[in-house]
Amino acid sequence: MTGGSAAGPVLLGVRHHGPGSARAVRAALEHCAPRAVLIEGPPEADDLVPLAAREDMRPPVALLAHVADDPGRAAFWPLAEFSPEWVALRWALERGVPVRFIDLPAAHSLAMAAEPETEPGAEPRAEPEEEAEAASGARAEAPGPAVRVDPVRVLAETAGYDDPERWWEDVVEHRGAGADALAPFAALAEAMAALRTAYGDGGHDRDPVREAHMRLRLRAARREFGDRIAVVCGAWHVPALARRTTAAADRQLLKGLPKEKTAVTWVPWTHRRLARRSGYGAGIASPGWYGHLFGAPDRPVERWLTKVARLLREEDYPVSSAHVIEAVRLAEGLAAVRGRPLPGLAELDDAVRAVMGGGSDAPSALIHDRLVVGEVLGEVPEDAPAVPLQRDIARSQRALRLKPEAAERELELDLRKETDAGRSRLLHRLRLLGIPWGERVRSRAGRGTFRETWRLRWEPELTVRVAEAGIWGTTVLAAATARAAADATGAAALAEVTALAERCLLAGLPDALPVVMRVLADRAALDADVGHLAQALPALVRSVRYGDVRGTDGAALREVALGLAERVFVGLPPACAGLDADGAAEMRSHLDATHQAVGLLGQVAGAAGEPSAPLRQRWAGVLRTVTGRDAVPGLIRGRATRLLLDEGQLADGGAERLMRSALSPGTPPADAAGWIEGFVGGADGGVLLVHDERLLALVDGWLTSVPDTAFTDVLPLLRRTFAEYEAGARRTLGELVRRGPSPTLGSARSGGTPIAARQPAGDRLDAAAPGFGPGLDRDRAAAVLPTLRLLLGTDRDGGDANDAGDAGDTSDRSGTNDSSGTNKVNKGNVGINANADTNGADTNGADTNGAGIHGANILTGAGR
Amino acid sequence: MSESTENSENSESAESTNMTAAGEGSAAGEALRPHAEDTFAAELTALAAADDRPRPERWRLSPWAVATYLLGGTLADGTVITPKYVGPRRIVEVAVTTLATDRALLLLGVPGTAKTWVSEHLAAAVSGDSTLLVQGTAGTPEESIRYGWNYARLLADGPGREALVPSPVMRAMAQGMTARVEELTRIPADVQDTLITILSEKTLPIPELGQEVQAVRGFNLIATANDRDRGVNELSSALRRRFNTVVLPLPATPDEEVDIVARRVAQIGRSLQLPPAPEGLDEIRRVVTVFRELRDGGTADGRTRLKSPSGTLSTAEAISVVTNGLALATHFGDGVLRPGDVAAGILGAVVRDPAADRVVWQEYLEAVVRERDGWKDFYRACREVSA
Repeated sequence: MTGGSAAGPVLLGVRHHGPGSARAVRAALEHCAPRAVLIEGPPEADDLVPLAAREDMRPPVALLAHVADDPGRAAFWPLAEFSPEWVALRWALERGVPVRFIDLPAAHSLAMAAEPETEPGAEPRAEPEEEAEAASGARAEAPGPAVRVDPVRVLAETAGYDDPERWWEDVVEHRGAGADALAPFAALAEAMAALRTAYGDGGHDRDPVREAHMRLRLRAARREFGDRIAVVCGAWHVPALARRTTAAADRQLLKGLPKEKTAVTWVPWTHRRLARRSGYGAGIASPGWYGHLFGAPDRPVERWLTKVARLLREEDYPVSSAHVIEAVRLAEGLAAVRGRPLPGLAELDDAVRAVMGGGSDAPSALIHDRLVVGEVLGEVPEDAPAVPLQRDIARSQRALRLKPEAAERELELDLRKETDAGRSRLLHRLRLLGIPWGERVRSRAGRGTFRETWRLRWEPELTVRVAEAGIWGTTVLAAATARAAADATGAAALAEVTALAERCLLAGLPDALPVVMRVLADRAALDADVGHLAQALPALVRSVRYGDVRGTDGAALREVALGLAERVFVGLPPACAGLDADGAAEMRSHLDATHQAVGLLGQVAGAAGEPSAPLRQRWAGVLRTVTGRDAVPGLIRGRATRLLLDEGQLADGGAERLMRSALSPGTPPADAAGWIEGFVGGADGGVLLVHDERLLALVDGWLTSVPDTAFTDVLPLLRRTFAEYEAGARRTLGELVRRGPSPTLGSARSGGTPIAARQPAGDRLDAAAPGFGPGLDRDRAAAVLPTLRLLLGTDRDGGDANDAGDAGDTSDRSGTNDSSGTNKVNKGNVGINANADTNGADTNGADTNGAGIHGANILTGAGR
Repeated sequence: MSESTENSENSESAESTNMTAAGEGSAAGEALRPHAEDTFAAELTALAAADDRPRPERWRLSPWAVATYLLGGTLADGTVITPKYVGPRRIVEVAVTTLATDRALLLLGVPGTAKTWVSEHLAAAVSGDSTLLVQGTAGTPEESIRYGWNYARLLADGPGREALVPSPVMRAMAQGMTARVEELTRIPADVQDTLITILSEKTLPIPELGQEVQAVRGFNLIATANDRDRGVNELSSALRRRFNTVVLPLPATPDEEVDIVARRVAQIGRSLQLPPAPEGLDEIRRVVTVFRELRDGGTADGRTRLKSPSGTLSTAEAISVVTNGLALATHFGDGVLRPGDVAAGILGAVVRDPAADRVVWQEYLEAVVRERDGWKDFYRACREVSA
């Protein structure tokens, strides 16, 4: 019919991935019962045809051809269940009819794609993809030299449609089966012939060569099988195949084509990759919808909306059958108003939005993602030829001299060496791809950022993982890049994305970074929880630093990190207000993390020639705001003060002033204790107190003024604070306390003169504390000793105060109600300063000095 | 800004948004604001004459012609139909088709998106009468949706149909017309629910008389509701199920919105006797940009995502910010609209919730405004008022 004489080969011009075309092809094949089926595709794949008949071969799949020693140069011919080519293939296999692929061999097309003049700037794989699309309306603007003709678009415009997709649906896909199985092909061929007359090759400059090859293969097939053969190809090629040319002329066209050694295999494909938006030229906007049209036996609209309703119900939208009924009515009404034969996707979407979704976009987005595109993943038999990714891994392993071994071994990498850096990148990339060949372990040699230690072990199932990862790309680099980008888009939490950014840098995936950064910036902008932002910042800053170590360009990363820091700065002060104890503790860790990150970021930014000072100044400003807010818990205010102090951002005496106000009598004791914990908490807080006696005196003074009722509330907090100190610091503090306030301290407390150099405690053993007379009133001291011994439960001397400290527990306060005197003693005990009248005079190093023991108790007890 | 002024401004701006050429229509009689069916009587007649498509019962036009009436076009006889609504075609098509399928239509949208305008014109085109209107308020009683009583008649003659005062909805049911309910979500929930029987059973029982009014073919109902403000009373799910919902979007492009704001500001300025401020267009563009970016949750170039504040940031509010700024510039400045004049107004419009919105605003200032070329003075002005 379309191909000339009735006896000649049947040319079935199709639109790739058109379910209507697929149905028509099946009908036509049933009708003609050809003795051989020729399909547009690389002839190298002829040997792979039998695999398509296998049970474990499930579309969507793709024929993949790649240059044998460069898997990065590859081309795909994706086939979905509703692709006419797939239908023809299965039809032929079911009946034992031979199948031949007739397109230009991939050996030529890949080689041609590599030539710059044919495809300036386009990646090699783009070309065959675009070709596969010659008859579809979905092609992105091709970068080719000539403006290419999109035949469907021209036809749609001629018919008065502005959307070629819609025209195709109306005219072809939504048509019921006609009486004549071949009529649609005849009509389409006629239209295409008219177009080819008008446009020639329409800017598809490789088409004449390809069509010449198709004609040659067609001739060969006719010699072999006679005239009863069917050709399934893009409708665009039908007129060219029907044209009468001489074999010699065709051969002439094919002369001198460049050639590469290629390998072909089947790879699993996904609906998402069939979709246009994933960037593959052959894409169709709605594979799920086409699959539905192809699969639904009847009433596609009702069935589709029922599917939609089920999906929405699963997602907890209240959707009833009544909704489905109304949606069907609305969709049909819309189709009528718009003058379409059947509701298309646009009508169904409008109907779902108006009836089921309450006008909102959310369900529509969900439906688009799950149904219109769909999450179908194809499968390929295990004995299909190895995927190029596997070859690429093998190649990298050889190049890096890194043999896969089943035995576990450890590998030290020095990233300053090129080979080692390459190995590290490969291992990181494989991990990203879910192929955990190597596992990072803690370095033994050193902790420099240029050193990595890996534990390697190649398990047999990793081969399966490699095959699975094959859908992401043909080389490790490309696959890891694609995978990282996909992971970033799908990541749930902000911290996941930052971690991913870090991994991208480690794996050397510069092309994935922009996507990850974009997602990261978006997430950061929308995340209202400062905690999340603060958590994300350190990893990001680490990444910036790694980027510098490894010489990758971290400018984009730095920008994002700075933006993130800025958001933390803005959001932190309000987020600190009104927290409970747990919240405050969490916020303190965020504060610390941010502080550290800002410091690092400042260094990095400084190294990059950007002024780092403003960033740190702004951070200091934020901290200052925090220290001054009453609604902020003491713990956080104390911590912020401490960070400011460490940064040298507080004027002389500033810390003292802040501490004085935080510990002033009006402050609830628990809050003040929190402040102290924040300020001098942590392992290094003790040193601060040891070296700045003004602060110690303030703490001490406050402690003695805590009312009895509040004391037990405060005690655990204080013990927690002091327990973190190193033994040395605790001991020194204990000694300081035992010594009591120095003479200069008295003036420091009132006047604020710092103590430049602390005198050794032994020098002043006999000196009196300020306000006390010289010498010891032993009679008065003896009066309290029995009580003290009772309290401590020991007769031992307290010279080793640290050991004796166990006795003085939190209970020591409740057990002392003998007299008002002892109560006072206790107060003195707990106050590190010895200013209670009964034992205050005991400054000569007497072992029973309660202040010394009990002060040390607080310092040491909780540590045990 | 108080609720009432906001609303009145919104509805005005709604009209200015989408009226386009409509304002030039000849005023019918002495009315200050003639009904749509009077203003565009000529167009409706021409459409009816040219319309050869099937019409649902008691419709004045076919659904296709109604869509054309709203979206504009040129008829075969050369009559030009002015566009009443400038916006996506599919929205109008869904709305018209909904009315044809006897489902009620709910127009949702933030203030200033021409909900009322569209509903009036739909009613005018479908039934030739846009006056069967119930204005929803917090005090709307059941009587204005069902029926009331003429008490003089009731006392004189006893209960009977003569003593009954039908609501617009009841009249629409009896005559097969299109009824309109404005601001549906402002109506108390129990009163809203009287619509359920009307919409599902298409009947309105009058238990006092043992009678009922059954809706005849052609009856339908268009309701409008505020989407962003979330109204006062959410629709019950039973009621919501009876509506097809169409969301009317905000102006699609910045230019469109700048144009609306500038035009509207000029109108208000005239009535307040403010001098025209031709130099102010840059500032207007800036205000519109700020509003759009915060509303959309992303910068215009699509590079930075942003949090959206809790306020509506409608076109109407942009208009009021600019008008305010203009008044400031006229009375206290040199008559030229400057960043400082609008900064305080913007701050007031954006920061509705002192805690959350302030963070949003400061992030926007630091992340976007500070970096933007030519926005330095605006940044400074904003910092001044924000501090």
